[in-house]
Formats: sequence, C-alpha cells, structure tokens
Amino acid sequence: MSAEPAQDAVKLRAEGLQCYFTAGPGLIGRLAGGRTRTVRAVEDVSFDIRQGETFSLVGESGCGKSTVARLIVGLYGLSKGRLTVEGKDLSTAEARRRNAAEQAQLQMIFQDPYASLNPRMRVRNIIAEPIRFLGLAKDEKEISGRIDMLLRQVGLAPSDGARFPHEFSGGQRQRISIARALAGEPSFLICDEPTSALDVSVQAQILNLMKKLQAELGLTYLLISHNLAVVYHMSARVGVMYLGRIVEQADTRTLFNAPRHPYTRMLLDAVPDLAMTGRRRIPIAGDVPSPLNPPSGCTFHPRCPFANARCKAEVPRTHRAGDTVVACHGVEEGRIPA
Amino acid sequence: MAASQDAASRDKVAAQPLLEVRDIRIEFATRHGPLLAIDGVSMTIEAGEIVGVVGESGAGKSLTGSAIIGLLDPPGYLASGEIVFDGRRIDRLSRKEMRTIRGRQISMIFQDPLTSLDPLFSIGDQLCETIRAHLPLSRKQARNKAVALLDAVGVPAAAERIDHFPHQFSGGMRQRVVIALALCADPRLIIADEPTTALDVSVQAQVITLLKSLCRERGTSVMLVTHDMGVIAEAADRVVVMYAGRVVETGPVADVIHDARHPYTQGLMGAIPSIGDDVESLAQINGAMPRLTERQHNCAFSNRCPKAMPVCFSAPPEFATVGSRQVACYLYTRPEGTHAQEAEA
Repeated sequence: MSAEPAQDAVKLRAEGLQCYFTAGPGLIGRLAGGRTRTVRAVEDVSFDIRQGETFSLVGESGCGKSTVARLIVGLYGLSKGRLTVEGKDLSTAEARRRNAAEQAQLQMIFQDPYASLNPRMRVRNIIAEPIRFLGLAKDEKEISGRIDMLLRQVGLAPSDGARFPHEFSGGQRQRISIARALAGEPSFLICDEPTSALDVSVQAQILNLMKKLQAELGLTYLLISHNLAVVYHMSARVGVMYLGRIVEQADTRTLFNAPRHPYTRMLLDAVPDLAMTGRRRIPIAGDVPSPLNPPSGCTFHPRCPFANARCKAEVPRTHRAGDTVVACHGVEEGRIPA
Repeated sequence: MAASQDAASRDKVAAQPLLEVRDIRIEFATRHGPLLAIDGVSMTIEAGEIVGVVGESGAGKSLTGSAIIGLLDPPGYLASGEIVFDGRRIDRLSRKEMRTIRGRQISMIFQDPLTSLDPLFSIGDQLCETIRAHLPLSRKQARNKAVALLDAVGVPAAAERIDHFPHQFSGGMRQRVVIALALCADPRLIIADEPTTALDVSVQAQVITLLKSLCRERGTSVMLVTHDMGVIAEAADRVVVMYAGRVVETGPVADVIHDARHPYTQGLMGAIPSIGDDVESLAQINGAMPRLTERQHNCAFSNRCPKAMPVCFSAPPEFATVGSRQVACYLYTRPEGTHAQEAEA
C-alpha cells in the first residue's frame, strides 16, 4: 500500500527464530519431584521485512508475537535461529556488539504508554537519553535543538519538554514514546501494540502520525497487533501467528481477501461486523491452548474443523500456496478449498 | 413510599420502560469543591432490550452503570436526578433495600473475569452462594441450578468443572462463569461493563453471541457498556453515545452507525479503521476529551469540533430529534439556522 522505493532491499531477515523459556518448579516443587518445563514461545519463525514497508504480526494473546518483537530488539536472547539487519548478523549478544551500527538502527515503541515512561523524569530528559547514550550530539545545545524538533515532529510543543509524563494523556504519552524512539535516529521501529491502550479517536491520531513519519523518514516498521483492522490499515505484509509459529504469511490484500489457513479464516470471521451487513458468522469453539502443554502435530487441530489424523500427528511444514506461505496439511493436500 | 402510590405506579408498568435514568448528575467531592463527572444523563432501557453505551475512557459510561446498580464509591455521589427501575425509584434506597435489588433484579458483569471471581473458592461455591442469597433453594437445588447455568453458558462438562477453581479456567471460560453468576437469580437487567475487553477476538465473538442469545431467550435487558463500536454493532438494539459526562447522541444502532449525526459520533466512526477500506489516513479528531477539571459550561466537544459555532461555546446544547435519533448539538437545535441545512447536506 505504501510506496516502496527499493522493493527488493531486505531490511531484516529472520530465519528459524526460536525462543524457549524454562518454567522451573520452584524449591518445593523440586523437592516434590517436579521437573523443569519448557515453554516454546517462538518456534521456527521466518520472515523478511523489506526496506520502508510495514510488516505486521497478528495473533491472539500468548501466540508469541511480542516475544518475536523482543527477540528482534535484543531484549530476549535467541535459543536458535538467525537474525540479520541489512545483512549484518544480530543473532547473539556478541554479534550485536560487533554490529553496533545495525543494532542502533532498531528502536521500540511499547504498548503501555503509562508504564514505558519513567514518571520521575521530565519529557526532555526521557527523549535526550537515547541521544546521549548513542553519542548523537556533541553538546547540550545540539541535544536541546534536537529535542525541540522531535517534539514538534510528533505533534507536541517544545514547551511540553519541561513537563512530567503524568501531565499528559495516553495519546500524548504515546507521542512521547515515539519521539524517544526517533531520538536514536533509527531506520527500523518495532511497534508492540502501539495503540491498544488508546481510545479509537486517539488511536487514529497515532496511526496517522506513524504513517506520516514513515513517509517522511523512510522508516521500516514491524507492527505487532491483535487488531486486524489496524493491521489491514497499516501494513504491506502480514504474518499470522498461532502458538509460537507463523501459520500464514502473505501480502495484506491476499491475506484478507483470500485467507488460506483455517485459523486465519476464523480470526477474520471473529472481527465484529461494524458495517452490519448481517454477515453470518461461524463461531469456532475453544480457546488458545496452554503453550506449556501444546497439542501434538498441528497445534491448531483441536479447534480446526478440517483436522484429520495427519494433523494430530505431524507438524505441518510451511509451503507456498499461490501468493501465500502457509503451514497447513489441509491446504497442502487440497482438502481445504481456496 | 405509600402503598397506594406503589400500586399506582405498578399499573403504569406496561407503558413504562424497565429502567429510566432521569437527568442524573454525579459529582466527586474534592478539596477544591465538587467536580461534575456526569452532567444530566438520561436514558431508558425497555424490557428485553440491549442498549449499548459507548464512549471513550473517562466519558462516564461505567460511572452511569455503577450509579444504576448503587455501587458508586465515595467520593463520588449522586447529586441530583432519579433512577427509576420497574416503576420504583431506586436511587434513594437504603443499602439493605438496595441489596434486595442488586443481584436479584439488576446484576452486573465486570470487565476483568479474573478479579471478579474469588480465587479461594470453587466456582460452584461462588455460584451456590449467590443463588442461595437470592432464591429460597436448598444446597442441592442450588447446586443443580448452578450446573444448569454453567451448561447454559457453554462450560463443557459442567458437572465436573463446577468444583474447579477460577485459575483452572481460561479467560473466555472465566467470563462465561461470570455471566453465569450474573444470571443466577434470573435478573431483569444486566449491566455488562466492558464484558469482552479483556478477551481475544475469537473468544470475544463467542461471548457476545452467548450474552445476546441468553438475554433474548430469557427476556433480560442489558446495558452493554463498551468503548468498542464493533461490539455495539454486533449486539445492541439501541446505542447511547457519551462524551465528557453527557449523552451526545442516541438512537437505533444501525442508524447511528451508518448515518451518525453528532459531529463527535461522525468523527468516532471515521476514526475506526476497517478491513477492506483502503484509505491512506484515517479521519482524526484532534485533541483529547477535556479532563474533569477542565470542563466548562459549554458543549464539551466544541473545542475539537470541526463544525463549531460561537453558540457552541456559550452553553451546553439541548436535545433535538433528528429522525429516529436524539442529538445534543446546536447544528440541529437552531430554529431556522443556516447550519441546520448545512448539516443535512
């Protein structure tokens, strides 16, 4: 949807990302013979994000989409897999130090603007932190000028810099978060549910701001969201996650017009019908299973109307079906009509 | 209240709505004097009707719900106005009298299903306690009713699950349990305060469908408080749009959604991204809702309104009838103003 100057320039490549967490039984649990369990938060996730585009990950809570965001910025370490930004390896902490210039290209916007700003710091200092840390300005005067410019860029006044976060509304705080992210002069923003804590009228302001900044600064976005309408509005390509895996990946129009995976169809079907077309919905029963004890085979099989014995036994591999990359036995075998 | 008056009011029941909120004002006492949070809200809910109350955070929608069920926490208090339920004024009842209505006649579903269940008791205990508090049933009968309720809200294997504790249920299942709790005493009105906000979309769809079908079957009225227009479109018959402590527009859901009249509702509808709608940027309402301390004696939306006129800054507008809707906006109240025509265009 957005203009793509260099279509093939891959900004970020994720290959087989894996992130396991261990859930220990605790002292008493250990004495009682409990064993450490592994949560497979992210399993074999691969995607490319091209220069200047918005790639979105959607899914229900617990599907691992935020974990992917944190893996990319380096807040969590990869258990396995390879992550490159502009061809430079960022898979390990050591590699991130070696390729500090690429690491500095990444900045993150968090979901909750009430928790992600230090309440005891003035807005100026919040925004100055990345500039100081990365050594992007030579003196305080330059920092000050840069802060004023950033505040204007996100729609606030330079005088707002002297105030504290609690003096701002949720939408304004999210603008401060964006200004802080931009202060590091990044080319890639990872936005983890940037508007889900905001009211719709404010959400529209932030989404519009994000699009404006993308056009002005040529930013690349990874957008994490559970809101399919926001994803449709913002992104060029979308990956749908379920229990740690990407089950379907396609460009936005293809995914929304011709979803292939039964889970994607179910998600789209569950979106409230604002236009009130009287569309009949096929509600699918069940909840997301616990990632501590995921179902065998295709993890979606207990909720899937098309599941058979193979789905219960064998993990589906991703394959190309038309313009879509999908992981589903039914689609591969042609059991599920396009 | 005199018995004769009670009888007289009962005669009028057929013609009366189940719930009538008349011009209520809710204030918060502060050191700097009272702050007006709800300023003259009126609404009616008919028997069997699902009324959606929508607005941004801080618009006063939950506060209105709490006032109806008599759960306004100090320093908030009802400064004026009347709440009439089934022909009887309930806003002046003593706490004891209110307890015979709360849970029995009017019940509530809260947003967060985890905090509205006690983690230390099995859901069976919690259901039976509520049932026996309101209905003259034995333990055994209450338990049977609880199982039937869990069955009705779609908890699988209800007879076994009844002895489980809240943490053993998923978010969607917990919200079903909370709905079962609300239905315990067959209430006539349920106030559902953001019942699906904490849930994922796939589960949200299940819960809305369930709530809607249960209330249709039982003829229960619902006041559905939410910030999500999508939920309203799916479930409600009528919608009340609130902004900064006042009602700005009310009418049948389809009319309000497809053809909003108040500039705020119009802005709100334009700000919602929708699938299949290829727009480069969303219509946005600039600014934010005035805070409690910033509210003035004017149309609260005037400082954000693209169609604001001088009169908008002078006093709050009265309601005007526009087709099937009531709209509080000077665009429609000015007798022969040019703006009224402009708005029609």
